[in-house]
Amino acid sequence: MEFAFTEEHLMIRDSAERFLAAASDSHAVRAAMIRADGYDPDVWRRIGLELCWPALMIPERFGGMGLGFVELAILLEQSGRFLLGSPLFATTCLATPALLAGHNTALQEHWLSAIAAGETTATLAFASGKGWDARSVQAIARPAAGGCYLSGVYTQVIDGAQADLLIVAARNPGSEGESGISLFALAADTPGILCTPLPTLDQTRRLARIELHDVFVNEAQMLCAPDQGWPVLRETLSIAAAGLAAEQVGGAQQVFDLTLAYIAERRQFNRTIASFQAIKHRCADMMLQVECARSAIYYAACVVQEHLDPEGDIAVASELAMAAATAKIHASEAFFHCAAESIQLHGGVGFTWEYDPHLYFKRARASEQLLGSPALHRERMATHLFGEDA
Amino acid sequence: MKIGFSKADEAFRQEVAQWMAEHLSGEFASLRYRGGPGDEHSFPEERKAWERELAAGGWIGLGWATEHGGRGLSICQQVIFHEEYARAGGPGRMGHIGEGLVGPTLAAFGTPAQQQRLLPGILTGSEFWCQGYSEPGAGSDLANVQTRARLDDTGEHWLISGQKVWTSLAHEADWCFVLARTEPGSQGHHGLSFLLVPMAQAQIRVQPIQQLTGTSEFNEVFFDQAVTRADNLIGQPGDGWKIAMGLLGFERGVSTLGQQMQFQNELDEIIRIARANGASRDPLLRQRIAQAWSGLKVLRYNSLRMLSGPQDGSLKREAMIYKLAWSTWHSDLGKLAMDVLGDEAEILDGAPYQLSRLQSLFLFTRSDTIYGGSNEIQRNIIAERALGMPREARAV
Repeated sequence: MEFAFTEEHLMIRDSAERFLAAASDSHAVRAAMIRADGYDPDVWRRIGLELCWPALMIPERFGGMGLGFVELAILLEQSGRFLLGSPLFATTCLATPALLAGHNTALQEHWLSAIAAGETTATLAFASGKGWDARSVQAIARPAAGGCYLSGVYTQVIDGAQADLLIVAARNPGSEGESGISLFALAADTPGILCTPLPTLDQTRRLARIELHDVFVNEAQMLCAPDQGWPVLRETLSIAAAGLAAEQVGGAQQVFDLTLAYIAERRQFNRTIASFQAIKHRCADMMLQVECARSAIYYAACVVQEHLDPEGDIAVASELAMAAATAKIHASEAFFHCAAESIQLHGGVGFTWEYDPHLYFKRARASEQLLGSPALHRERMATHLFGEDA
Repeated sequence: MKIGFSKADEAFRQEVAQWMAEHLSGEFASLRYRGGPGDEHSFPEERKAWERELAAGGWIGLGWATEHGGRGLSICQQVIFHEEYARAGGPGRMGHIGEGLVGPTLAAFGTPAQQQRLLPGILTGSEFWCQGYSEPGAGSDLANVQTRARLDDTGEHWLISGQKVWTSLAHEADWCFVLARTEPGSQGHHGLSFLLVPMAQAQIRVQPIQQLTGTSEFNEVFFDQAVTRADNLIGQPGDGWKIAMGLLGFERGVSTLGQQMQFQNELDEIIRIARANGASRDPLLRQRIAQAWSGLKVLRYNSLRMLSGPQDGSLKREAMIYKLAWSTWHSDLGKLAMDVLGDEAEILDGAPYQLSRLQSLFLFTRSDTIYGGSNEIQRNIIAERALGMPREARAV
């Protein structure tokens, strides 16, 4: 048991921090926010080609670096901290885990190699309406000779308008719940796909509505056996929740740090406002929440790593769903709490567009909802604790 | 970064579990799950016998250095011991103050003669200790200790006068370690000394405090020219504050995972009741139960972080949040237990004031956020030491 960073981990963290402090400072974030695609293509090119972040977790046989999810979580914590607008999360935490979990070697060879090369961005589209569970998969896969036709609407796809590759979930006509779901890999330029970017409250992450109009897919495009998509999708969503939680903790830490810096400077009544106990205690509570959430994301990252490793510890790997949910709950609450406190403790300037707290506040709210709210994860947890899922 | 225990550690876990199953039986079976917080007044004699049983099995001083008679086990194995101890329902320890606080203090600050004289009593489970820190005027402001000690005319004995309060198990203890003012007229943390005082003397009077639970674990302890040998001073006169603060660092959380196992037992009971009485169908209670469950997981992850990394005795940032985290979590659990029980929570096990385990949990957890540094003091510590914020006013 060594639940602490190695020297190598610290190097990864520090180099990511150095890069992002320059490439994704407040000015850069605000510039990316007003772009249609939501990110600076030059920065993304450097991330893909020089830093090779998308390749990090992809096995070496597909041209990746063969590192683990712990290393990826370290990067995500930094990208969340600096509000990096980029297809990094969708590509590494949604599409890559789905391809890895799907076990279609030919698809992996093709797409994971392309992602590892830093040339391809990708995302996952599965939900047609409310919720983040199997019932939300409403797109239909109508069987046809040599494949099937996909039709349906995905309402909020993360970086959906920027992705080169779409992993989509669809179900057999007449199926419901966890049965009848299949997963497909679709090039974004396939005829019949209509993609509409959505204006979002949080301008640091892009969402899109994607419509499929009788898009033909053949059997070679299936990530796993027909109708066996739900376990792969469920595993992918847990891994993505763990990754998103890592981003959230980075955001929580940064907005907390901004606040500490501000209150150490701001003077009222001839003293810094940081010297008031009322404020110190609120900061102590923020640190408590951030450190608890950080413990939860590191633990979840270790669990994901064991899960993805064919020789990983089975007992640890089996904790995936609950560890990811725990991380998502605590990271969501810590981030929103810190961001809201940041506005309050900044006072009037915290309410301005010019100061950064609102960027974190909006990101915190959006991330809290994404991949399931804390309430939804707690409800799932309760279902498990009361043995109702047996 | 990696989680999971090694094969050797798992074998050690088996060994502990087997020993507990074999020994926490027969005459000791009635001690299972007893004597913990809120129940510390129960079965004192039986629990002292149990300490001797533990000692005979070699389970005291696991983390102590071998030169001091300990086993020098890794942090990981100490954690495993505490987990298995709690999982088996091992009773609340009578010897924890001696083993966890006095032993490490003697190892760090005591002379070889003091170590040889006092450590064996702890290791054999034959001598029990209590902690003489708090006073009526020195609670959160511990440095305001007013208990006085002076050397008698022969220079062979210290004479101690004053009052300590909130002293757990003072009525069962053989020894008390006392923070006393040895420099007349000194103020704050200057002029304090760390003295070891035998309890069996007429000049010490122990007065139980009846708590809001109706039971008494805590005591007032009155010293009226109480006597202890000159060589029962640890360190030098005036070193008391330094030693008292050093002692805080010894409780580095190895036993916290055992404490969490006990929390898990409590939560499991609440979940069982919720399933049985239909509270599990209440959407808000479902949310709170899940929050408690994930919160306990996070306490565990915090501990694992705290226990990994450098073992130099320094308090890491993670360690500074620990008390605030668990005390808040635990007092929320106490309230949750009542809300899950609903109407039933109001009826006692018996007259005149016999509490059920969960009623006791509900009431006793009100003390968690007060003793050992209140939540307000914990927030000051976090803000000042971990975040570097400006310090509160203190006595000079």
